[in-house]
Amino acid sequence: MTKKLLWALPVGVVAMLAAPQVALADVIDGESGVLTDSAAINTMWVIVAAVLVMFMQAGFMLLEIGFSRAKNAGTVVAKVLTNFSIAALGFWAVGFAFAFGGDSASGNDLIGSTGYFLQDFGDPLTAFPVMGIFDATVEAKFFFQFVFCAVSLAIVWGTTLERIKYGVYIIYGIIFSTLIYPIGAHWVFGGGWLQSNIGMQDFAGSTAVHLIGATGGLAVLLLLGARKGKYGGDGRPRPIPGHSMPLFGLGVFILWLGWFGFNPGTALGVTDGRFAEIVLVTQLACAAGVLTALMTSRRKQKTIDIGMVGNGAIAALVAITAPSGYVEYWAAPLIGGVAGVLVVYGILAIDKVLDDPVGALSAHGLAGIWGTLSCGIFSSPRLSEYNAFGVTNSEGDFLGGFVYASGLLGKGFNEVPGAAFNIEAFEQLGAQALGVTAAFAFVFTASFATFYVIKKTFGLRVTEDEEEAGLDISEHGMYGYPEQFIPQGEFPGAATSPSAAASAATSVKPARSET
Amino acid sequence: MKKIEAYIRHEAFEPIRAELLDKGFPSLSISEVKGSGRQKGVVETYRGSTLTVNVRPKLKIEVVVEEKDKGLVVETILKHARTGDVGDGKIFVIPVEEAIRIRTGQEGETVLQSHEGDEVTA
Repeated sequence: MTKKLLWALPVGVVAMLAAPQVALADVIDGESGVLTDSAAINTMWVIVAAVLVMFMQAGFMLLEIGFSRAKNAGTVVAKVLTNFSIAALGFWAVGFAFAFGGDSASGNDLIGSTGYFLQDFGDPLTAFPVMGIFDATVEAKFFFQFVFCAVSLAIVWGTTLERIKYGVYIIYGIIFSTLIYPIGAHWVFGGGWLQSNIGMQDFAGSTAVHLIGATGGLAVLLLLGARKGKYGGDGRPRPIPGHSMPLFGLGVFILWLGWFGFNPGTALGVTDGRFAEIVLVTQLACAAGVLTALMTSRRKQKTIDIGMVGNGAIAALVAITAPSGYVEYWAAPLIGGVAGVLVVYGILAIDKVLDDPVGALSAHGLAGIWGTLSCGIFSSPRLSEYNAFGVTNSEGDFLGGFVYASGLLGKGFNEVPGAAFNIEAFEQLGAQALGVTAAFAFVFTASFATFYVIKKTFGLRVTEDEEEAGLDISEHGMYGYPEQFIPQGEFPGAATSPSAAASAATSVKPARSET
Repeated sequence: MKKIEAYIRHEAFEPIRAELLDKGFPSLSISEVKGSGRQKGVVETYRGSTLTVNVRPKLKIEVVVEEKDKGLVVETILKHARTGDVGDGKIFVIPVEEAIRIRTGQEGETVLQSHEGDEVTA
């Protein structure tokens, strides 16, 4: 089955390219065929931001490798390469059209339908309505949105390390990048019903990217089960320590770096200066998350757990993703700080029942939910109006989050002193809660069904012997760290190494020092 | 005194250790070893060429006990290490001449396991 799929992909792509097509005419190009200054600089920023987000693949790869045992290190490299590539082709083919395309005839509340293969979409302003007002070119916007899809797919697999069959990545990767992610993302930030009708706010994807990924991870984990030996006879969880904290740490920092493309890039331009403000919001939140995770870990575990501190950074970044374009600076450390506490308690609680090796369910799932809900508390009416998404009152004013809509801060459009328990104060929060619930329900159902079919046909899990031997040798026939598993004596040419070489070296050295 | 030396699968160790401790034999040593037997080797492929690794990783347990406890320890190892497949490993029983506790210089069978109060039933 895997083999067939591997062949079907390139064949299909070539067939599409061979079909006659109308040349891409980007209306943003001026009559001279040259971009305007503003379009050029905004396009440049979107591509730079997208490249930063692309590099997050390396972050996820190293984070997962660090949290795996040495016998399962190499497989992660192959997986990330494969998934990133599948997502590229799938998102180009139909994903982008489903997620961001419009459909003037029937409305596009549920799914977009223009721009398959990024062809024949006509006027980009109407073809991709939610991104229409930004003047970066369509290709830049496509690439930026594709790397988001790839990030979301990468998040799915954190829960499945060290025991999943390789083919599952390929099958689910295709379904995820062409259907599950595009539809979920369309609802939340592609102009679908949650964003346009409900007024849900999710700037860069706490729900659309991170919660969707983590929800896929939950679905597969429930069908896959724990790693062998994770739960003892008494049912209590036992640690299966990953083999490299330095690799994990490098992964965290690469992700942190990538987030400066993720959130600020979602501004889709630089000329209004918002992107730099979002950089600051992102940094403040993450810094607070690291410190609160550190304090929580110290308090709860009586030690400073390196993995928890790193997860604090990830959780805070995930949490600030949705509100990053909607909140003022002061709210950022609060949102990130709460995420840092939440992730530690979340990992400790989830570990009792579910084997999630990297803590993805907490760092991306719980923090994603918190980040999305935090818009309902902290979103400022000023920025809601600026982004033009959010819940409005009958006069069309944006309500903002609870602290504004309730009049607590007295700065909102809706200054009604003492109106804290007015229903309006909770409306944005309600929209956020509905958005989280709807996205979770859709992605969980679709993913669980997909994984269930995979389990019944192809199989999800390697055999016990293969799990014991490690996925590197059982799925790939080679080790990530060969010298750790193959005795020196077994290497060809062992006669000249290592003991022979060592003795040769010692005999050469004195001779040299004599001359 | 006998030394029981067993080559086992990694996953068999934890239940063996737990049961021996339970029965009053806390002192043992293990080492990671690689060896060959009737179990097939592992084939590694690297950029198109293959390399057969003929030795497999095993765990070696060493326990020194009084003559009368030998059977009990062997039984415990058999109980947990046997899966019935090729590759379960082997047990060797070797005579031991002397035993000396380094901390006190004490000699003889008393130094072998923690027989405090001689409550251990053998």
